[in-house]
Amino acid sequence: MSTRPLIEVRGLVTRFGSHVVHDGLDLEVRRGEVMGIVGGSGSGKSVLLHTILGLKAPDGGEIFFDGRPLSRMTAAERAALERRWGVLFQGSALFSSLTVRENILVPIREHVSLPPALMDEIADLKLGLAGLGTDAINKYPSELSGGMKKRAGLARALALDPDVLFLDEPTAGLDPISAAAFDELIRELCETLGLTILLVTHDLDTLHAVCDRVAVIAEKRIIAVDTIARLATNSHPWIQDYFGGPRGRAALRS
Amino acid sequence: MAARHTDSLVQPRLAVSEAEGRAVLEPSGDWLIETIGQMDRQVRAVERDHSVKALHLDVSGLGRIDTSGAYLLGRPLRQGDDPVPEGRISGDHPVAARLIREVHARMDHCPPEEASGWGLRKMLTRLGAGTEHVLDEAWDTLGFFGHTLVTLGASLLNPARLRWTSTVHLMETVGINALPIIAALSFFIGAVVAFMGASLLETFGASIFTVDLVGISVLREFGVLITAIMLAGRSDSAFTASIGSMKMQQEIDAMRVIGLDPYEVLVVPRVIACVVMAPLLTLAAMLAGLFGGLLVSWVTLDVSPSFFLTRLQNVVDWTHFMVGMSKAPVFGLVIAIIGCRQGMKVGGDVESLGQRTTASVVQAIFMVIVIDALFALMYLEADI
Ligand SMILES: Nc1ncnc2c1ncn2[C@@H]1O[C@H](COP(=O)(O)OP(=O)(O)OP(=O)(O)O)[C@@H](O)[C@H]1O
Ligand SMILES: [Mg+2]
Repeated sequence: MSTRPLIEVRGLVTRFGSHVVHDGLDLEVRRGEVMGIVGGSGSGKSVLLHTILGLKAPDGGEIFFDGRPLSRMTAAERAALERRWGVLFQGSALFSSLTVRENILVPIREHVSLPPALMDEIADLKLGLAGLGTDAINKYPSELSGGMKKRAGLARALALDPDVLFLDEPTAGLDPISAAAFDELIRELCETLGLTILLVTHDLDTLHAVCDRVAVIAEKRIIAVDTIARLATNSHPWIQDYFGGPRGRAALRS
Repeated sequence: MAARHTDSLVQPRLAVSEAEGRAVLEPSGDWLIETIGQMDRQVRAVERDHSVKALHLDVSGLGRIDTSGAYLLGRPLRQGDDPVPEGRISGDHPVAARLIREVHARMDHCPPEEASGWGLRKMLTRLGAGTEHVLDEAWDTLGFFGHTLVTLGASLLNPARLRWTSTVHLMETVGINALPIIAALSFFIGAVVAFMGASLLETFGASIFTVDLVGISVLREFGVLITAIMLAGRSDSAFTASIGSMKMQQEIDAMRVIGLDPYEVLVVPRVIACVVMAPLLTLAAMLAGLFGGLLVSWVTLDVSPSFFLTRLQNVVDWTHFMVGMSKAPVFGLVIAIIGCRQGMKVGGDVESLGQRTTASVVQAIFMVIVIDALFALMYLEADI
């Protein structure tokens, strides 16, 4: 079982009306790796994530999780699977009528039973892991800055110590210091807990710091999956522009 | 390690062995968020019974661990924010020591939630705050009313600035789309009034007065009231919800910085749409109500339609119609202003959107009834 990839996307087709976003997209995410996804704005990274999560039904192709097709899972199997996922959405998707602490506690309350005092301490812990200051915990999402929302979303994604993390632009809107702390956290969690992470990002430094492999979306499919060092020598023009541009070179040098 | 199956969890245990003034904690089993719930008490007991300095942790028997488990295991070793000293965690485990230190370093204790009590004092505070809130609301509504009238005046003086497209579109949703439901309701009310009138007046042998009853009540009150209440329930809530969600998404702020006046773009078209459409809807409601009365009179009293109409013309004065009509634009104005103001008041969260929508419908219906009563007093004094 463990030789199979954890997540397998085969021949995925997604479209909105007549607008085709993916056409025959293939992707494999191995157990315990950090897979980065890059691509231009609007190339379908978020849509790919949503499709893997089952929020959008594929218009063709199949997604396998642990070797089992998602479309043929029973509701109970899906629920067990979702229990192992942590998701950070691009827009954070915090519950606006709950405070940050309550937001973090939502998955915990739903799935495990803990004494209330310990539950609060664990919420503090998750917030600390995500790097959000302590004064934010009793605030409502509408009272947070953009970067703080991202981190609160990350804290909620980490709440149940998931096996698989889906992160949509986790460092967008973070200052460079917090972004570096985030990179370090992700590496640390991967090495100690063996997390598998699917990470959409535009942040070249994060790509370098944490990703084992990077998948490039262009032309409605994944055109290359490889380590950064080898991607940089790929001859595809878009990849050349991406890693060969001034920002890409600066990040590669460091 | 990645695949975690809840059925294969090993219950966590904690053994404490004491020797030479040191207490060694020896956890075993899986310390994961699913399992640690029952360990909290025991760990707290250990924290209470031993001084921090005497505690050591031996992780060699430990099974799996996650960040929550690492937090709980590391908690007895915590001394403020200092890192866990070297040598306090011993034993062979691939990740435990590292994870415990990492978690310790990143953890901050946060202030607890503010408790909300229920004492007498709390209740009085709430009462006071509630009263103040009502007064504030009233004052604010007046301010909003004034602001809207000024913007409306400015727009009317310079019709090029009016948003014609959106005004006409709103007229359609507020007016035309509400027509069937308002006509149907009014029809039934007219019919009910005729029924009741017929059965009551028959006992005096005066059943012909049913026509007067239907005519006066529908023209003076029911037509316009039904229209206003439907507008309040239908359009007012829609105004609050749409302006409110724009407020939540910062669209209103975006308008302001682009140089658009939200009053001019959002409020004025809604006010115009309501003020113009309310009388037209009222007219439709009156016709439908009279028609309902006419049908019932015809069926139960054998009053022919032509006789009904002749009597209506002879006994029911035009002033009744005018009285009803005169109220319609006022109701329209009040409804539009309350709906828009509540929308502008929506805060950042979904909860407040719901609260504001409810408040807007309640306030609108309340104001409609109060204003109707004021009109009744006024016309009574003026003998109309
Ligand atoms: N709900 C939707 N309805 C219609 N089209 C959509 C919808 N969601 C996304 N799209 C389209 O799908 C395409 C991919 O969108 P997606 O959000 O995946 O982009 P992205 O790669 O995540 O971009 P970014 O880096 O800017 O987040 C876009 O062209 C977008 O217009
Ligand atoms: Mg996206």
